[in-house]
Formats: sequence, C-alpha cells, structure tokens
Amino acid sequence: MELTTLWFAVIAFLWTGFFVLEGFDFGVGMLAPLVSRGEGERRQALATIGPVWDGNEVWLISAVGAMFAAFPAWYAGLLSAFYLPIVLVLAGLIVRGVGLEWRGKVARASERAWCDLGVGIGSALPAFLWGALFADLLHDDALAALVGGVFSLALCLLHGAVFLALKTSGPVRARARRAALAASALVLPVGIAALSGIPSTTAAEWSADPWPWACALAAMAALAAGAALTWRGRDGWAFTATASSVALTGAALFTALWPAPLPGLTVAEAASGPYTLGVLTWIGLIALPFVLGYQGWTYWVFRRRLTAETS
Amino acid sequence: MEALDLARWQFGITTVYHFLFVPLTIGLGVFVAGLQTAWHRTGQEHYLRLTKFFGKLFLINFAMGVVTGIVQEFQFGMNWSAYSVFVGDVFGAPLALEALLAFFLESTFLGLWIFGWDRLPKRVHLAAIWAAVIGSNLSAYFILAANAWMKHPVGYEVAGGRARMTDLWAVLTNSTALAQVPHVVAGAFVVAGGFVLAVCGHRILAERRADPDRTVPMRRGAGGATAMWRTPVRAALVMTALAGAVVAGTGDASGKLLHEQQPMKLAAAEGLERDTAGAAFSPVPGLEVPALLSLLAANDPQAVVRGTEDLQEEFARRFGPGDYRPNVPVVYLSFRVMIVFGLTVVALSVLGLWLTRRRRRVPGPERELPSWLARAFVLALPLPFLAMTAGWLLSEIGRQPWTVQGELLTAASVSPGVGLTEVAVSLAVFTLLYGLLAAAEAVLLVRHVTAGPEPAPPAVPPPGGADGRDAAGALQPTLMY
Ligand code: HDD
Ligand code: HEM
Ligand code: HEM
Repeated sequence: MELTTLWFAVIAFLWTGFFVLEGFDFGVGMLAPLVSRGEGERRQALATIGPVWDGNEVWLISAVGAMFAAFPAWYAGLLSAFYLPIVLVLAGLIVRGVGLEWRGKVARASERAWCDLGVGIGSALPAFLWGALFADLLHDDALAALVGGVFSLALCLLHGAVFLALKTSGPVRARARRAALAASALVLPVGIAALSGIPSTTAAEWSADPWPWACALAAMAALAAGAALTWRGRDGWAFTATASSVALTGAALFTALWPAPLPGLTVAEAASGPYTLGVLTWIGLIALPFVLGYQGWTYWVFRRRLTAETS
Repeated sequence: MEALDLARWQFGITTVYHFLFVPLTIGLGVFVAGLQTAWHRTGQEHYLRLTKFFGKLFLINFAMGVVTGIVQEFQFGMNWSAYSVFVGDVFGAPLALEALLAFFLESTFLGLWIFGWDRLPKRVHLAAIWAAVIGSNLSAYFILAANAWMKHPVGYEVAGGRARMTDLWAVLTNSTALAQVPHVVAGAFVVAGGFVLAVCGHRILAERRADPDRTVPMRRGAGGATAMWRTPVRAALVMTALAGAVVAGTGDASGKLLHEQQPMKLAAAEGLERDTAGAAFSPVPGLEVPALLSLLAANDPQAVVRGTEDLQEEFARRFGPGDYRPNVPVVYLSFRVMIVFGLTVVALSVLGLWLTRRRRRVPGPERELPSWLARAFVLALPLPFLAMTAGWLLSEIGRQPWTVQGELLTAASVSPGVGLTEVAVSLAVFTLLYGLLAAAEAVLLVRHVTAGPEPAPPAVPPPGGADGRDAAGALQPTLMY
C-alpha cells in the first residue's frame, strides 16, 4: 500500500479506537450519577473506568499526534477551523480528568459532587462535540451537525450503559441495563434520521462511493443487535455489538473523508514527505503491538465484575 | 491588540502552567517508585506508608499534568496552524513518538498501579510504577528534542515552503537536545527534591510542635515514630544535590551551545550590546565577575561574545529589515532567576547533607535536622518552580522573534483564519479554568500534607486479590482511590 493511504488508515484506526474506548468511558461518566444510589455504588460505577480512562484518552492524543506528523495540513486545518468547539472539548477533558482523579482524594461530600459534575459535563461535552464537529465537516450544515452531535452523545450513552452492565453486579447493573434500553430508544431513531435525512444523499453518490453507506448501515444493524442483546441480558455480546457499532461509525466517517479530509485538501497534499512517513511506519510497526498488548492485558487484569463493596 | 499577541499570551500561559506540574511528575514519580522499591526489598512498613503518602501527592499533581498536556498538543494546530504546516514533517514525528512510546506506557501502567494494589502480584505492581515513570521521562526526551529543533534545526531541508525531515536520527541526537534533556530532567529532580524537603520539613516541624520532646533522628537504626522522615529527607537531599550538579554542568554546556547556535539569546541573557572580548557576567546586580561570560560561552576568558546590536545589524543584512532582538530585560532577568533560585535550593540541600552527616567516633546526641533548616525548606518551596519557569522564559522568549531559529518568524506562525475574538474566548476559558484548578490543587496538597501519612495498615492482610492470587500474605492495601 502506498504510504499516504497507509497513514490515513492508521489515523482512522487511532480515531476509531478512541471512539470505541473513550466512547464507553464518556458514557459511564455521564451515567454514573444516574445509575448509582449512594457513595458505594457511585464508586463502583466509576471504578469500572478508573484504571483505563487515561490510557483510552491517549488514543486521542496519538491520533492527533499522528495527524500532526503524517498530515500537518490536515491537523492544522481541522483544529484551527473548529477552534471554539475544540476549546470546549478541551475544557471538557480537563474537568473530566481532574474530576476522575481527584474525587477519591477530596474530603467532603460536596466536593465529590463537584467532581461528579465535572466528570458528567466533561464527558457529555466531548461526546456531543466530536459528533457535531465531524458531521459538520462532512455536510457543512448546522442541522447535520446537531443530529451528528446528538447521535454520538446517545451512542456513547448506550455504549457506556452496556459497559456498566457488563462490569458491575447488583442494583447498578440493573439500572445500567434499563439505561441501555432507554439510550437505544433514543439512538436508533436519531441514527435512522441521520442516515435518511441528510440532504445530499442521492442514488448517484451512493453508487459512486458505497463504502460510507455500507458501514453506516452495518453500524445501525449492530446497534439494533446491541439493544436486542441487552434486552436478553447477554452483556458480553451486547458490548461486542455496541463496540462494533461505534467502530463501524468510525469506518463510515473515515471512508467518507477519503480522499479529501478537509474541503479542498486532499490526503496527498496534506501529507508529510516519504522519509517521515517511512520512519513513522517502522516505529509504528514496532510499537503498536506492544501498546495493544499491554492495554489488552490491563483489561484482562480488571476483567472481574465489580460489586459495591469491593470498589 | 492582535490575534497574534493573544495567541502568544495563551501559549505562554498554558505552557508555563503545564510545566508547573510536569517537573514534579517527572521527579516525584521516580521518588515514589524508589520508596516502593525500598518497601519491596526490606518489607519495612514505614516505606509502604511513605509510598502511599507521597504517591497520593504525586497523583494529585499528575492529574493536572495530564489535562494541561492535552491542551498543549492541540494548541499548535489551533493557534499556530501556519507553524504546524511548516514544521509538521519534522516536529510532528517526535510528538507522535511521544504519544506512542511514552504516553501509552505512562497512562496504562499508572492505571494498573493505582488500581492494582490488590490485584497484581507485588513484583508486577512494583514494575508498573517503574514502567509509568520511565514513560514520563521518555516523554520529556521526545518533547524536548522537538523543542530543541526549534532552537537549532537539523536533519531537514526546506522544500515547497515546508520543512522536510531528512534524518530522524539527527533530530533525536541534536546537540541542543542532548544538552537540554539532561538539563531539564535534572531540573525536574531539583524541583521534586525541593518539594519533598518542604513536605518533610513541614511534617517534622508539625510533629515537633505537637511533641517537643520527640526527636527526628537522622541516623539509621534510630527508632521512634518520627524516624520515618529520615529516609525521605536523606534521599531528597542526595537527589537534589546530585541533580544540582547535573543542572550546573549541563547549563554550562547549554551556554556554550548558545554561543555557537543562538548568540542573540546569549547576548540578551547578559544584556551585552556590542561584541566584547573577555565579557563579564553579573550573577546578581552590583556584582560583576570579569571574563566569566566569555568563560561560560567558550571556555576561554578572552573569547569574543557577540552583542545584541552587532547581531541585529548582521541579521538585518541576512534576513532583511526587521527587529531581531528579543525582549532583553525579560531574558536577562529570567537567566538570573533560574540560576540563583535553582542553586539556592541545591545549596540548602548540600547544607542539609552536611548537617545531618554521620558523626564518626563522636558519641552523643543523634544528629537531627535543625528546625531552622526545616523551616528554610518550607520557605524555599516556590524557588525551584520559579527557576524552572524562568529557564523556559529564557529559552522561549530569548528565541523570539523566531519560532524556528533562522527559518520561521513567530509573526508568520500564527493561524491565519483564527480571529481575535476566538483567541480571546479561549484565553479567558483556559485562564479561568486553570486559576480555579490551581487553587484546588493547592488546597488538596496542603490538606494531604497536613493530614500526614495514614496510620499503619492492619497487620492482618485483607482477603486475597480478585483472581485469588494473594501475593505472599504481605500487607495488601486496597485502592489508593
Ligand atoms: C520536560 C518535559 C515536558 C515538556 C517540555 C512538555 N511535557 Fe507534556 N507531559 C510531560 C512532560 C513534558 C509528562 C511529565 O510526561 C506529563 C505530565 C503528566 C503526565 O501525565 O505526563 C505530560 C503530559 C502531557 C500530555 C497528556 C498525556 C496523558 O494523557 O497521559 C500531553 C498530550 C502533553 N503532555 C503534550 C505536551 C506538548 C504538546 C508539549 C509542548 C508544548 C508538552 N507536553 C511539554
Ligand atoms: C513546557 C515548557 C515550555 C515553556 C514553559 C514554554 C514557554 C513559552 C513561552 C513563555 C512562550 C511565549 C514567548 C513569547 O511570546 O515571547 C513560548 C512560545 C512558544 N513556544 Fe514554548 N515553552 C515550552 C515548551 C515548548 C515546547 C516543548 C515547544 C515545542 C515543542 C514550544 C513551542 C513554542 C512555540 C511554537 C511558541 C510560539 C509562541 C511565541 O513564540 O510567542 N514551547 N513558549
Ligand atoms: C549553573 C546554573 C545554570 C546554568 C548555567 C544554566 C544555563 C541554562 C541555559 C544557557 C539555558 C538556555 C538553553 C537554550 O535556550 O538553549 C537554560 C535553560 C533552562 N534552564 Fe538552566 N541553567 C542553570 C541552572 C538551572 C536550574 C537550577 C534550573 C531549574 C531548577 C534550570 C532550568 C532550566 C530550564 C527549565 C531551561 C529551559 C530548557 C532549555 O532551554 O534547556 N536551570 N539553562
């Protein structure tokens, strides 16, 4: 494969990994206050993401770092064009990060409530804004941006609820399952609206470039499957389905962005030179398996369901 | 006021802010890992209590380093898009390496460490914190290599209005980077050492106030409740003194590199206007040491050190009309603050080592850390942070008006499409948020220091780890959260 194509694929992979992983911890951050009663359960809910959220966030940092290195003009164009939304995303990530890290170190209940608020808002803002930003990039349309934002917010809620159901037991699990069903009642109609209501959908475009649409349809199918599996109490499979759905949404996004990730800027124009791409490829080939290995191992170490007592 | 000015303020504020937390993360992480290693080796309980005590302080600070770091990474694209397009090919590579090789390591293993106390075998748990602190130190290397490239660009060519990397190895082994990395990392250990000494000093004073008869012996084998401060005090004294030597050595090396690579910065650092042979240096106002600057710059008391005005004329001939002088008073002041404040802490630590040294042959009372010195450590707490910040002001403001020395001007680096209002909004958001969080962090740190280490954990080990692997029946504390 040609190097610019390869690096576009790597960046798509990193962003998609970020959506899948941080997607559920955004969801958990928003849902924690809703699915728990009392401090023990709140800690139980948040402890499901405690060991992993920072590692998950590094997927975003890597995605953006890789864009900077491999496609500087894409990196610079995207971030300066969406200046204010990015400021809000960053503000969200800041309050979320300190909220998660500090809530166990503050002394009073009122201070923990502030941390929870930070985690909730700090999860909701990026969950909404990333969807809105990318929808706007694709369609250059305010309504599309709104629908995209609501869709990604709802998708994170569903994905997070399913994750919570998978990782907890007791009353938190029961409430998380109900939250998952409620979220799927929101996300399915919004998703269908997003797919059918986008003004630029024409048969000619569909046949000229079927991949984004195929991925989007598959994502919706996976969503429906996730909802059904949650209903049947198959937590593990439901999580696999929602994770696939998020991944397929990412695939739809990046196949749609190819080959011009910004209006009027093609991948080839944005790319760094072959030397840089070449050395990055070697380093990526060596480092990525290790990263995937030890991150996977972390999930293995913390694979047990949490109860309100042990957390 | 233009968008450019605000963008500069924003970059300056957010970077200085990020760098308040970063050195403490780098140095204190290693310190905590060392304490845990001591616990692992000896099994002595007070090492575990100290690990958890300093570990908590470390984590409170770490959170701020992480969240402010994300802003740094996005800012280049947001405010400095022209710069990003110009340098991405070269500059992006170390940044991507940093994320891939360092940040993943740091964040993943720290998560394992925080939540893994009762889930991982002891040895693996210890390895987790070491992996995390190795990640922190690696990240410093990559980002500093990127920063060094802006001062002394190597391994690239300019084609089509963009820098193109031709040699990654040259970028990673840039002479400037090889001086800067140890200088900054050692500076980080001075910061962490100063911090630990201030914390211990505060605890020792508090415990003496609570119980005037109690002593804090600084000798091995001495018993008593407060003996637990002996290890961190001695270790921090040694760490600060050694790091201070490295800082001075590499600072001297940096000065020589400035002479060759960034003469304007060196001239501004001494406020030297004309090329001068045997240039003097005045470490503090009123005191002028003849020929010291020439010695610092070139190891030769008679060497010619360039002056700002002569350089200005030369640069105007080379690069076209313009003002190529940085803000001299700021650079001048920063240089002195860095050296004087930084070395004050180092001097205090050397003094501390001397006063708590082991007295051979002389029996009698055990050596204690004198109360006045403990108080001095507490008062000196801000100094290494100020020295660190001043070092960055010297380095970054001294490079102006260039972002990439000799290649790209700051004025040409700013995002063309981003307006004054947008930058003003983001500046306001970040400044407000940062102000609030700094206050919160200070309160948290003070509270935890005042509360002191938690009492010794119960002798009965809690029930085994989640997967039934209870390591060796030793003390198994649960989460630090
Ligand atoms: C000398 C060291 C040093 C310097 C000059 C910088 N940083 Fe930093 N950075 C660190 C040393 C560090 C660290 C010690 O490794 C941190 C602090 C806390 C942490 O998690 O890692 C960190 C955190 C950190 C993070 C969050 C990582 C995570 O989520 O785990 C990002 C994205 C950056 N930094 C990016 C930057 C950028 C783009 C900089 C340039 C302006 C920068 N840092 C300057
Ligand atoms: C963390 C330590 C750092 C600190 C404290 C710091 C500090 C500063 C300050 C105070 C300015 C403003 C100078 C002025 O406006 O006159 C500045 C500018 C700048 N610095 Fe740094 N810097 C740091 C690290 C870096 C690194 C690692 C890079 C690159 C990787 C970098 C790139 C820049 C750029 C692009 C500017 C442009 C803005 C300008 O020149 O005004 N800085 N920095
Ligand atoms: C003998 C004492 C010291 C000397 C001669 C010295 C020298 C220097 C020089 C020449 C630079 C500029 C390098 C450049 O811009 O390329 C620098 C930068 C810096 N110094 Fe120092 N320094 C000393 C002590 C300290 C201390 C004690 C600290 C902190 C505790 C410190 C922290 C820094 C930092 C953070 C920078 C910016 C990064 C860099 O450019 O390397 N320095 N120092």
